[in-house]
Amino acid sequence: MSQAFDKLLDARGLNCPMPLVNARKEIGKLELGQVLKVMATDRGSIADFQGWAKVAKNMQLVAQETESTEGANVYVHYVKRTA
Amino acid sequence: MDARAEATPVTDPTRVQALEEKLRDFEKRLTQVEQQVAEDKVAIVVFSGDLDRVLAAFIIGTGAAAMGQQVSMFFTFWGLSVLKKDRQLSEKTLFQRMMTLMTPGSSRSLPVSQMNYFGVGAKMLRSMMKEKNVNSLEEMIALARELGVRMIACEMSRDLMGIKESELIAGLECGGVASFLADSLKSRTSLFI
Repeated sequence: MSQAFDKLLDARGLNCPMPLVNARKEIGKLELGQVLKVMATDRGSIADFQGWAKVAKNMQLVAQETESTEGANVYVHYVKRTA
Repeated sequence: MDARAEATPVTDPTRVQALEEKLRDFEKRLTQVEQQVAEDKVAIVVFSGDLDRVLAAFIIGTGAAAMGQQVSMFFTFWGLSVLKKDRQLSEKTLFQRMMTLMTPGSSRSLPVSQMNYFGVGAKMLRSMMKEKNVNSLEEMIALARELGVRMIACEMSRDLMGIKESELIAGLECGGVASFLADSLKSRTSLFI
């Protein structure tokens, strides 16, 4: 549950493809090996981040979890910069 | 047999020569194969000038760019309307003027492919998108730019439809079928929208 991260990206309320696009921008600002935590409300982002991880050469999807806050689901993705 | 060849060095000059020739042949074929391998590229033809279709094209384009793909979008025929910034009627033939008046003057006035009802459908879709916090087409175009998506206006259809370069937004490349194919043949994915 308590996955460590270096930076937080709040993509709640944003729709496809914005969580992905913003995560891509943010991960470029990280140092190698650092982890970005992305919070999204777009349910499609679960599959989107998995798809990104499959083709990406510079990142790795460390973990994914779903949090329920105030009745709404928040999909959390931990993305590590690897190159 | 391989192991034996390795163990006893080849000294016969004709065999050495034959092997060297074979190696050169392999190297040549390897380069040929390397040239044919697809790269991390996506090529999209935007033929349609329908708001919904164009939105799909831009969502795929920006998504692919975010995933690290090099994206090229080729705008042709009705798709050129997406790139227009305003209308110009001077120095055009009668048919070209008619075409100018009957096609959208900019991305803001694109119709939808279904249930357009003289533009009401498009307005409705735009307001529904706003409500759901989905990026507008204009935001997607700006985003594509920011992500380094190449946008190419087809020279032939632009000229045919009498669209002046000054009617289009800045920062476009111009090209023809070969510039699309050069990208498409090197791409893993090519789409015609």
